[in-house]
Amino acid sequence: MTAARLLRLARMGLKDMLRHKMRAFLTTLGVVFGVASVIAMLAVGEGASRQALLQISRLGARNLILYSQKPAADTQPAASQSSMLALYGLQYEDELRIRESIPGVVRTVPVRWMRKETWYRDRKLELRLVATTPDWFDLVNRPLLAGRVLTADDMTRREPVCVLTEYGARRLLAGTEIVGEIVSIGNVPFRVVGIVRNEESAGAVQTPDLPTDAYTPLPVCRERFGDITVVAETGSRAMELVPLHQILVEIRSLEEVEPAARAIETMLRRFHKREDYRLSVPLALLREAETTRRTFNIVLGSIAGISLLVGGIGIMNIMLASVTERTREIGIRRAIGARRSHIILQFLVETSVLSGIGGIIGLALGMMIPLLITRLSGMPTYIPPWSLLLSFSISVLIGIVFGLYPALQAARLDPIEALRHE
Amino acid sequence: MTDTVIRLESVVKIYRIGTVDVPALRGISLEFLRGSFTAIMGPSGSGKSTLLNVIGCLDRPTSGRYFLEGRDVAGLDDNARSDLRLHHLGFVFQSFNLIPQLTVLENVELPLFYQDIPPTESRQRALEMLEMVGLSDRTHHRPVELSGGQQQRAAIARALTTNPSFILADEPTGNLDSATGQQIMELLANLHQRGRTIVMVTHEPDIAAWAKRRVLMRDGLVHAIQDSIP
Ligand SMILES: Nc1ncnc2c1ncn2[C@@H]1O[C@H](COP(=O)(O)OP(=O)(O)O)[C@@H](O)[C@H]1O
Ligand SMILES: [Mg+2]
Repeated sequence: MTAARLLRLARMGLKDMLRHKMRAFLTTLGVVFGVASVIAMLAVGEGASRQALLQISRLGARNLILYSQKPAADTQPAASQSSMLALYGLQYEDELRIRESIPGVVRTVPVRWMRKETWYRDRKLELRLVATTPDWFDLVNRPLLAGRVLTADDMTRREPVCVLTEYGARRLLAGTEIVGEIVSIGNVPFRVVGIVRNEESAGAVQTPDLPTDAYTPLPVCRERFGDITVVAETGSRAMELVPLHQILVEIRSLEEVEPAARAIETMLRRFHKREDYRLSVPLALLREAETTRRTFNIVLGSIAGISLLVGGIGIMNIMLASVTERTREIGIRRAIGARRSHIILQFLVETSVLSGIGGIIGLALGMMIPLLITRLSGMPTYIPPWSLLLSFSISVLIGIVFGLYPALQAARLDPIEALRHE
Repeated sequence: MTDTVIRLESVVKIYRIGTVDVPALRGISLEFLRGSFTAIMGPSGSGKSTLLNVIGCLDRPTSGRYFLEGRDVAGLDDNARSDLRLHHLGFVFQSFNLIPQLTVLENVELPLFYQDIPPTESRQRALEMLEMVGLSDRTHHRPVELSGGQQQRAAIARALTTNPSFILADEPTGNLDSATGQQIMELLANLHQRGRTIVMVTHEPDIAAWAKRRVLMRDGLVHAIQDSIP
């Protein structure tokens, strides 16, 4: 069977369908909606997961992030410490040990933060003062908008300088001209040396930075504010001694990320009696998100697939009716010399044309729906090119699968019986 | 020129309706020569159409042997019989049996489509056939837009496009008035003149008169054979 012949069969089938335009239209409607919903659902699923993936990848796939956390039940005997002082979290020694003894670690960034009231002229803002090293800016990697980031020089000169975020500057009613100006952070005058763009924090993924950050060299912070922070809790004030709130760890290669994460866990467990830290592995999150995305797509796709199935059943129904209606035609074709296989092929081509046309209309509709969703609700959508190919092929496949039974019925007819049919 | 091209030996055809056997042919032995023009006559229900369908490889005999151009075709499978119909046999029916949604031209082209003839060639051949039957001005009409005589001429054109050696006609004038019937018979007589072997079923004596030989059937048996003196 040549391609040219298939094409002629398709043309004949199309012609036959045009005799019953309304019927053909109604028949394909099921496929139209099936294909459209497959594309739309996959687009919504892909949109959501792409956003998550983007956020995770912004954390840096080669980075590990350690957080200090308050142990769930403070089992430490109160006798050794003042009952007012909570002592927990990551230590300076932890950072050192990770840098020195964990294979694959390129560098580590210690981070300490505290909430501080900040004044610029008559504007007040509560900032999170992030005390860190210049490497922070390499690992977190946010675009510099004005001035400069922290340097090694800042670490040694120990002058109170800070880098603001775009958001912080705006909240202080300042633009880039604030670079070089003095702001008061916790009653200490800091000179602003630069502004970085902050990440719009959206979604479930926690980034190491916040829009309200102000970055300052770690030695400066320790010198000016000490190691004990006062946290206001409901009603009372509590004292905390948390040396480091965060340690960022950069790993040499992607392959070494997971072994390094395991090694760090093992090591920290040896030195920490309590679970007062948490390790976040963006790469693992990335993998997880990838798996979730796949499951999500399969679930959504299957739901949409069911509507395609319903469309297929509609086609089968019509084709069965058509076989009965065209019994005599089948008899004539057989008398002329058509083989059974010719009759099967004719019906299969007709159903595929029918479902293929439904598929094309569904494709157009399916590409419009995600656009509308994004336009109206702001939900991110993304139409992966493969989903177009997939849903269209499925629609044609459905035509073939559901056309097969009617086609076989048609071919099974006895030519003489068929010719006698009215 | 006088070789036997169709030979039936004790052909029996029994239809089974539920548990009842209906014998339509009860032992037919007949021979047809190449280029002959035979009319099969007999009362309704005598088995004329069944015989024609067996000859035309549309139906298989229940028992007996059937040789078409020396080849035993009684036991051939469905595909082989389809191919014989496609390449060697042309059918003309009482009710024309054109496919309603196709144009006259497409109907005439249809056998060539199944023969895998390229479109340009098949179009050419179909147009030639339509010219021969005098329907050149009706090629793009639908069958319903044609008179009965025109439809039957289109059906004859379709039977002829594959250039078959045999034309099998089952009451070709049965649905036509006598004047139109005469035109159709002229066409068939013309084909006979050009060497085609024609087997025609009819119960009208004046139609049968066009044939050179008449086979009379009764109750699924050959009752008598009349040869016209040439
Ligand atoms: N497909 C069939 N099924 C059952 N009986 C049939 C079938 N075709 C023909 N017959 C029976 O066979 C006999 C011969 O029929 P047929 O050949 O059509 O006769 P004719 O064409 O001479 O009128 C009749 O009794 C008819 O009822
Ligand atoms: Mg009959």
